Amino acid sequence: MSLNDYLIASGLLFAIGLSGVLIRKNVIVIFMCLELMLSAANLSLVAFSRFNLTDGLPNYSGQVLVFFIITVAAAEVAVGLAIIVALYRAKQTTSVDDLNSMKH
Amino acid sequence: MNLPLILLALPLISAAVILLVTRKQQSISALIGTASTAAMFVASLLFLAAKDGETTLLHWATVPGLDLTLGATVDQLSRGMMFVVTTIGLLVHIFSLAYMKDDAAKSRYFGNLSLFMFSMTGIVLADNFAMMFIFWELVGVSSYLLIGHWYTKNSAADAAKKAFCTNRVGDFGFMAGILLVWGLTGSITFSGIEAALPAVSTAYPALITAAVLCVFAGAAGKSAQAPLHVWLPDAMEGPTPVSALIHAATMVAAGVYMLVRVFFLVEASATAAEAISWIGGITALLAALMATQQDDIKKILAYSTLSQLGYMVMAVGLLAGEAAMFHLFTHAFFKALLFLGSGAIIYACHHEQNIWKMGGLWKKLPITAITFLIGTAALVAFPGTSGFWSKELILEAAYEKNNILFWIAVGTAFLTAFYMTRAFVVTFFGKARSENADHAKEVPMIMWLPLAILAVPAVIAGYKIFYGPASALHPTGHEFHLGPVFFASIGTLILGVGLGFALYAGRNTDRLSIPLFKRRFFLDEIYQGIIAVFHDGLATISDLLDELLVDGLISKGGGGLASGIGNTLRRLQSGNLQGYAFLFGAGVIALIYFTVFSV
Repeated sequence: MSLNDYLIASGLLFAIGLSGVLIRKNVIVIFMCLELMLSAANLSLVAFSRFNLTDGLPNYSGQVLVFFIITVAAAEVAVGLAIIVALYRAKQTTSVDDLNSMKH
Repeated sequence: MNLPLILLALPLISAAVILLVTRKQQSISALIGTASTAAMFVASLLFLAAKDGETTLLHWATVPGLDLTLGATVDQLSRGMMFVVTTIGLLVHIFSLAYMKDDAAKSRYFGNLSLFMFSMTGIVLADNFAMMFIFWELVGVSSYLLIGHWYTKNSAADAAKKAFCTNRVGDFGFMAGILLVWGLTGSITFSGIEAALPAVSTAYPALITAAVLCVFAGAAGKSAQAPLHVWLPDAMEGPTPVSALIHAATMVAAGVYMLVRVFFLVEASATAAEAISWIGGITALLAALMATQQDDIKKILAYSTLSQLGYMVMAVGLLAGEAAMFHLFTHAFFKALLFLGSGAIIYACHHEQNIWKMGGLWKKLPITAITFLIGTAALVAFPGTSGFWSKELILEAAYEKNNILFWIAVGTAFLTAFYMTRAFVVTFFGKARSENADHAKEVPMIMWLPLAILAVPAVIAGYKIFYGPASALHPTGHEFHLGPVFFASIGTLILGVGLGFALYAGRNTDRLSIPLFKRRFFLDEIYQGIIAVFHDGLATISDLLDELLVDGLISKGGGGLASGIGNTLRRLQSGNLQGYAFLFGAGVIALIYFTVFSV
């Protein structure tokens, strides 16, 4: 497996996540796709770390960053889901087409 | 003692005090105005003995190449004119005390009169064109204010506006003329221009002619020469003493005075001088023709003023400046007398101005009638009166220089005799033709006294004995002699008076009816038409511009552009979260593309 394979996998993941964000209407699904994009970024970071060897050792900064991202993403998921729940309570819907109050 | 400064300061202070302090105390205002004019009269008597010279009173503005000053020229011309202005000014003030007794705005009236005295003094004393122009405009303003004294009356307000606007036309020419003269000679003082003129007039004869004609346009406006004469008859809407002072004796003569002041300019251009003499002659004739069919006593006098001013301007054009000034001088006295006389008649007849509603006033107003007769005699150039000597001089000048103008002047003299006889006969003889005329009583002493005083110079102003220090006004080297001119003037006088008596003695209605003359040759209508055409044309063009440019391009075009862009951009603000996210993503991709690949 070369670095390119990992990067292509990461790019695919990111593209799937992005298209999900842009196309899907359910807020929860959009949220999940967002997480997918985050994971794609993580994957490329780890890949770069693994293949960027100095003196036979990988560059650990990338991997450390991944841990940070996972931690922050966990917190973000908690906040995001809470917002979605609050939104559903207020509007009785989770479809983004109905959540257009910014327009008015 | 600085007499010019005193003469200028007295009326200015009086005007300021009246208009600022004693506005509410009407009678005090009247007394202040009259007292200041009396003081001016005394000062002008002293001024008659002043030495020739020029003094600078005030440096107003000095820039490289131009020094604007208020100065005073003391010479025979200004001394004599000052005397005329203050004498008639004082008598008119006294007359006004009675005539305007019951007026509600006496303070405004006397304040404006003082303002006029100030402005007129400035014109008389001015030693440069700039100062003259300033005071020229000031007399215009005071004339406007006084014509419109009874401004609640529409006709008075309109007449004031008409006078102001018509003068504006002339003043525009005057200003252009001053600038031309300044540009040509590099000086605005009269002495400086005179010194520089010979060299300039040989170098640029055409430009000098244009400059003189432009300056003359100013004189034509103020002295009401054709075709700018239309304002003067309407100006009779003002109080009658004002008509006597401003619109007969002094201000309207300012144009002639100015032309004589810059006589060297007129002499420098033969073409301009000829044009001036023709305009004067035509005005004299036209005005006399119009006067023959007027019914309003003040209008008759107004047209006769126009006609006499035409004589003076004609004399200037014939290069007989002394004759013009001499006629100005005598005319000022007898015309002021006639106007004040008409004021007394109008006052006695309870503000009736139509001569056909008067009649039989000879017995009821003996003093007014006699003084009016003396004024009429002077105006029709009855031998021995002041008007005779001065008109004779102008006729002689015309006889020597221009045959056609001479016959025009003689014709005018005949018409003058005719219409004045008509006015006099209809007003004073026959039987009273209205109740107001029937109940007329002689006016109070304070009114007939100025008439009696003015009757004296109206007769003797033509004799040397009257002048004293002002003798310079008397033309030099003039010897009266029996000749064709004398016979022509006597003949027309007898013919005119005879015809007047024959047609109008004992008549109650006008036997002649010539609509062309009565309607003033339709000149007012023609002007109105011309103005309306231009006005409408201008209005149409500006309306079109407004619709196309302002409404179309700026309002609709600019507004349309903004709202069009707004409408397009509004579609982006869909409120759709995913739409925003897409744009955001596209933006990021574009950013990356431009930063990474296109450097």
